[in-house]
Parts: sequence; structure tokens; C-alpha cells
Amino acid sequence: MTLATFVIQLLNGLAGASSLFLVAAGLSLIFGVTRIVNFAHGSFFMVGIYIAYTLTESFGRGSALGFWASVLAAAVAVGALGFVVEILLLRRIYKAPELFQLLATFGLVLVIKDATLAIWGPEDLLGPRAPGLRGAVSILGRPFPEYDLVLIAIGPLVLGLLWLVLNRTRFGVLVRAATQDRDMVAALGVNQAWLFTGVFALGAALAGLGGALQVPREPAQLFLDITVISDAFVVVVVGGLGSIPGAFLAALLIGEIKALCIGLGDVSFGGFEISFSKLTLVVEFIVMAIVLVVRPWGLLGRPGGEPRHAAATEPPLRPLHGYLKLAAAGLGAALLVLPVATDGYVLVLLIDIFVFALFAVSLHFLMGPGGMVSFGHAAYFGLGAYGAALLVLRAGLPMETTIVLGPLVALAGGLLFGWFVVRLSGVYLAMLTLAFAQIVWSVAFQWDSFTGGSNGLIGLWPPAWLASKSAFYHVTLILCVVAIVALRHLVFAPFGAVLRAGRDSPLRADAIGIDVRRHQWFAFALIGGFAGLAGVLHAFSKGSISPETLAIARSVDGLVMVLLGGVQTLTGPVVGAAVLTWLQDEIARRVEFWRAILGGVIILLVIAFPQGIVGFIRGRFMREVT
Amino acid sequence: MTVLQVEGLAKSFGGVAAVQGVSFAVEAGHLLALIGPNGAGKTTCFNMLNGQLAPDRGSVRLDGREIVGLKPRQIWRLGVGRTFQITATFGSMTVRENVQVALISHHRRTLGLWPRARDLYRAEAEALLARVGMADQAERAAAVLAYGDLKRLELAVALANTPRLLLMDEPTAGMAPRERVELMALVAGIVRVEGIAVLFTEHDMDVVFAHADRIIVLNRGELIADGVPAQVRADPRVQQVYLGGGTTFGHG
Repeated sequence: MTLATFVIQLLNGLAGASSLFLVAAGLSLIFGVTRIVNFAHGSFFMVGIYIAYTLTESFGRGSALGFWASVLAAAVAVGALGFVVEILLLRRIYKAPELFQLLATFGLVLVIKDATLAIWGPEDLLGPRAPGLRGAVSILGRPFPEYDLVLIAIGPLVLGLLWLVLNRTRFGVLVRAATQDRDMVAALGVNQAWLFTGVFALGAALAGLGGALQVPREPAQLFLDITVISDAFVVVVVGGLGSIPGAFLAALLIGEIKALCIGLGDVSFGGFEISFSKLTLVVEFIVMAIVLVVRPWGLLGRPGGEPRHAAATEPPLRPLHGYLKLAAAGLGAALLVLPVATDGYVLVLLIDIFVFALFAVSLHFLMGPGGMVSFGHAAYFGLGAYGAALLVLRAGLPMETTIVLGPLVALAGGLLFGWFVVRLSGVYLAMLTLAFAQIVWSVAFQWDSFTGGSNGLIGLWPPAWLASKSAFYHVTLILCVVAIVALRHLVFAPFGAVLRAGRDSPLRADAIGIDVRRHQWFAFALIGGFAGLAGVLHAFSKGSISPETLAIARSVDGLVMVLLGGVQTLTGPVVGAAVLTWLQDEIARRVEFWRAILGGVIILLVIAFPQGIVGFIRGRFMREVT
Repeated sequence: MTVLQVEGLAKSFGGVAAVQGVSFAVEAGHLLALIGPNGAGKTTCFNMLNGQLAPDRGSVRLDGREIVGLKPRQIWRLGVGRTFQITATFGSMTVRENVQVALISHHRRTLGLWPRARDLYRAEAEALLARVGMADQAERAAAVLAYGDLKRLELAVALANTPRLLLMDEPTAGMAPRERVELMALVAGIVRVEGIAVLFTEHDMDVVFAHADRIIVLNRGELIADGVPAQVRADPRVQQVYLGGGTTFGHG
């Protein structure tokens, strides 16, 4: 790489960093003040770029003024969308546990995605280039787009404006105060409702601006919401939650590293070919993993104040009552004889439900008793699936063996990643699990010669004795039930009790000789194994796997299942898995805009049952006398 | 018999010498009260004894064994029970389960996968709860207990590994006056019978003078008095610290 290409790549990195910073700054502001992890922030970016496309197409082709007015108008429109969302939805759920807020914003992602699809259609839309900035300037003899130079300037400009707002206005003082201690701000008589609304609208507008500015550079596409939100999460976490300068620094760092990876291309080190351009998909997650391990609060973050009122403590766990046990056994027996009475389609759906019930129960074990919320649980599901598939296809092992070995692959992954993960807690821990999951995903996605790349692996058929749907159904049912019962038993065993102790009070657990981290580490690995078993069964039930098996969407599905069912109950995840799997299947087959309906259902459920479905039933009908 | 021997303990935060060269000892079966005005260094001192904070200098010996540098959980294994100023218990468990978890840890069965935790060491847990007068509340959730009962639960948990030494940071903070006296009478009764050494910090002078065998007084990180209650009560420097002078304006 010559000096000139190097400099051009650095400048490219800076241009990319500007939009990233805008999105991340908004996300960080919103989190700092409202403590809401806004999954829909990428959607605001996406809506920004679509609105800007429409406006610039009409007003921005001829005049520079029209172009820039369109970009600003798009940002304002997205800010207004944020305003409405805050008032109609978030305001109702500030008292709900943090995870429910996350779930609600995820429902929003689905609704916004389908609304965008309905309005703008499925095609990629590339807007006009900015009038007056269509050319390129020559830097060290190479052309560099003028528009990108403007973008480079906009990042620091917005940082400066935000600094002024935060440090020189009353609104800014309140925002900074609320970021440090919102209870105290409320106690001082500040109307929190409007402060939160204002911050949410501002954050949304920043995301919208970040999107609108990209109009001349990249087409408006429907998958931008998810890619942008994961980038923005990474930037916010690397910079430190709630820190705007941190977000700026992190955006620069990641923008530059990505640009350099593209610039380096394929390099050979002593005979080894290293493809840096392929690294771009994961490099930000690698940066995040390193930063979180070295500086657990991010580059410029501070250890946050613990919330004064943690989520309501769950009531002591009790084994199932006799009659409920009987009911569960009856249900199991009914499921066992079901194949006699029904057709193939129901069996396929039920196999999915069993597999995802196990997946959800394993995630719940981490989130509930383990106190570790994982945003990357799909990694272990996928490690199991890929592990088994590769053992069958590449090593020629029979499926029966891989039912044991596949989960062990996932368990090994859990041991490796868990060692880092348990060093953190809360949102940071969740983000690190996401980082590891993305790393695993990108390996599966890019290693064409081994994992089949984006096509995945096909031809995973069970042996003859399992070839019939009903035989596979029975094996899946039995394995999943045994695994779920084992996990349930584990919650009550000394190991589970010690995990719950460490979650309730790390201070007390440490003071009675318990090494909390070590137990969490073991739990993380063990749970990886259980998720891996679900993955193995999933792979053989479908006959093929692809990187989708371990993508973010799968992890989110898991979270939705657990939260829908209720995180403070042990039966909840099973109910949540059944409901979500059935809903996805049922709605997706019949309705075009199934995502919006699913998202709407999720939002309604969150508002109606903030304790989850089973939590609601228990609270309503089984009130305990203390 | 000396259980805890502290010598030349010191800790600074930046330029502030929070604790400077503090030495004292606690005997088996005795209650030693550590008192002093706010900011005197009591909590810093305390946190160095149980391993939460590493001292800059000095030694802490438990039954003659140096424990500086050990983690809190290792110190607990050597027989040091602990209660916190703001109670720390497992809210999602019943009172009995709280004690059972401590017993499971004491018997090193935390990795057990098969038995049910609620069936393990049940009788032992109930005996401990009976000693602190909590037997009738064994089935209640710790999260719904009154504060005084939480303190008693903490005491039961701290006694679960048959400790040689109990460290109690403001054991009666946040309690009603009558509860305070009852709790300390309970502690004193237990430790005298079992020969446990107790070090506690306390702001309530009624509690201190009613139950402490010896009292040490910290002021601005330095030990200014060490003696039986009558001696400390009569000490002019202690009177000055508590009745005016030194703390507020810094010129004594």
C-alpha cells in the first residue's frame, strides 16, 4: 500500500465515522438519560435515509439549498417519529424491567421495517448526489469525493454543537444530571416525562441525520436497521455508555480500522495469506471485545451508578405442585402419542417448538438464575449445529455420535468466550456476548471452503431409523424434554442455588466463600452445551444449515421467547417459545406484512403483561400469601 | 487468646491518609468496638481486615496467620464471618435457603448438580436460625423481611462456618432503639458462649458501652485511645473528639 492509498483510506475512514458517530451519539444520549437500550435506533437511521431519498429526489436535484434543507427536514421528521414513539409507547413502560423495554423497542424494529417496506417497496434506492459537491478533489494525486470531505467536517461540527447544548443550556444540564442520577433529578422537581421525550426525540433526530447524510453515498436498503444498530451498539459500548466524546472517539477508531482493513486487502505474512478485507465484518467486534476486557466501562465511560431500585426481586422458587407435575406428565404423554393422529405439517411445527423451547430454556437459565443476559445466545446454537454438520460431512461420523459431540463443541465455545464474558456485568456483558456471536457468525459466513460460506451446508439427513418424521419427532421430543427437565433440576441443585445467590448479592456471596465468577463461567459453558443440543437437533430436522442459524435474529428470537414467557418463571420460556414459533409460522404463511403484526403483538404483550405471560398468570391467579 | 492481631495498618487515597499505622488485637470471646466520628477511617480499616481493600502497609494476622493479600472469600474460609452496614442477603430465597447456601459453601458442595439445595443441611440451618430467633420465619422470602430481621438473618449466615472472628460493620444501623439493644445482647450471648472474637463499628454509644469489652477510638486515621469502656469514657482526647474541637475545623 502506498502512502497515497493509505491517506485516502484514512480519509474514507473519517467520512464513514461521521454517520456512525451521529447514530451512536443519539443512542448514547437516550441510554444515558432513559436507561433504555433502544434496539430501534438503527430503524431511525433507516427511516432517515428513506425520507431523505424521497425529499432529495423532489427538491435536492437542482439546488444545494434544496438538498441540505431536505437532509435537515429528514432528520426533523425522524425526530418527530421519535417524539411520537416515546409518548405512545416508551412512556408506558419506563417502570418495566430494562429487558422489557428492549423487547418493546425490538417490536418497534419489526413494525418500522414493514412500514418502510410498505411505503418505499423492496428495491434499493440510491438518491441524487449533492449539488455543488458532485466532483472530486485531488489528494496526493488521487481523487477524493468532495461530499466526503464535507461529511468529515460534519462529525466534529455536530460533536461541538452537542457539547454546546449539553454544557451551555438548561436542557443540557438536566440531561447530564439525569445521566448521572435521574432519581435525584426527579427529586429536584424536574418534569422527567418531557425531559425523556426531548432526549428521545433528539437522539432519534441524530440517527435520522446520520441516515439522511448517507443518501448520496449508499442506497436506502431494508436491512440497514440491523447492521446499523449493531455498529452503533459497538461504538457506544467501546466509547463508554452515555459518553458523547467517547462515542466520537470510538466511531473514529472503528471507522479507521475498517477502512484500513479494506485498504490492506490480502496480505501475506511469511507464507500465510491474511485477508484483511474479509475482516471488516468482524473487526469492530474484535475491537469491542479487546476494549471491554481491558477497560470494562469503555474508553471514556465511567462505572455507572447502580440503579436504586433494581428490578423487583422474584419470589423464592418452588418445585412444581403435584397437580402441575401431573399436568406436565399428561401433556408429555399426549405429545408422545400425537403422531398417530396428525399429519406431517403439525409434527414439523412441533419439532421446531421443542427445539426452540430448549433453546429458550437454556437462555433463561443464563438470564434468570445466572443473572447474565446474553445477546448472542445463537452462537452456541450455531456452534452445535455447525459442529454436528461438519462432523457428519467432513469427518463422516454418524448422526448418533454428533448428538453428543455437537453440544460439546458448543460447550467448548462457551468455555472460551465465557471466560471473558463473566468478567463484565449488565449491558456490557450482553454486548460482549453479542460480539462473540458476531465473530462466530462471520467465520461461518466467510469460510467458504469449510463452512460453506453464505450457502451453508446441505445434505444433513438422519440415518434410516430416524428418517420418518414421526421417529425424528419422538427423538427430538424425548431429548428436549430430558434436557429441559435437567436444566430445571439444576436450578434447584446447589450449583443453581449458588448462581442465584451470586446474582442476588455478589457482595454476600463473596463474603461466604463463593467464587461467583467461576460458577458463572461454568454455567455459561454448560448452557452453551444445552443450546448446542438444540442446534444439533435443528440442523438434522431441516437437513441443512446456513449462517442464519447463528445470526443476530436468532439471538433476538431467544430473548423474545424468554421475555414473552416471563423471565422470573421457569415454565415461561417454554410457553414463550411455543407462542413465538407458532406465531412466526402462522402469520408468516398467511400475511404479507407478518413482521409488523408480530412486532405489534410483542409491543401489546409488553404493555399488557410486563411480567411475561406466565408471570401474569401466576401473579393474577396464584397470588402467594406471605 | 488473641484471634486477630493488627499491626501498623495504613492506607492512603491520593494524598489523604485514611488510616495511619493502626494496631490492635481482639481476644476470643471478646467484643471490641471500633468507634470514631464520621470520616475517621473506620470503614477503610474494616475493609482492609476482610480483604476488600489492600492496605499500603501493615499486617493482619488471624490466629497468627498473615491474611493481607487474601480475597474476601479466602478469608471467610479461614473462619471470618461478616455482616454489612447495609444488609446483603439473597432476596429471591427463603430465610432458610439463605443459611443453606452458606452451609453448602462451607461444606464445599457449590458445584453439586444432583441434590436439591433446599434439602441440604436443613437441620443445621434451622438450628442456626433458632439461635438468632428466626426459626419461625424460615419459610419467608428474605426480600420481605423487616430490617431488624434481616440483620438477624445476616448474623445466622455469618455464623454458618463456625467462625473464629466476626466482623460487624455498624450492626445496629437503621434499627429502632429497642431492637438495637436486643440484637447486640444476642450477639454478645452467642460469642461469649462459643469463644468467638468480635470486632464491630458502631455509632450508637449506648450499644457500645453496654456490650464492648474493649473500645478503640479512631480519629482522622489515627488510633487515639484503646482500653476498657471506663478508660475510654474518661479519656480527654476522646471527649474532645466527640464533644467538640478537632473534627470540624482541623486545628484541635
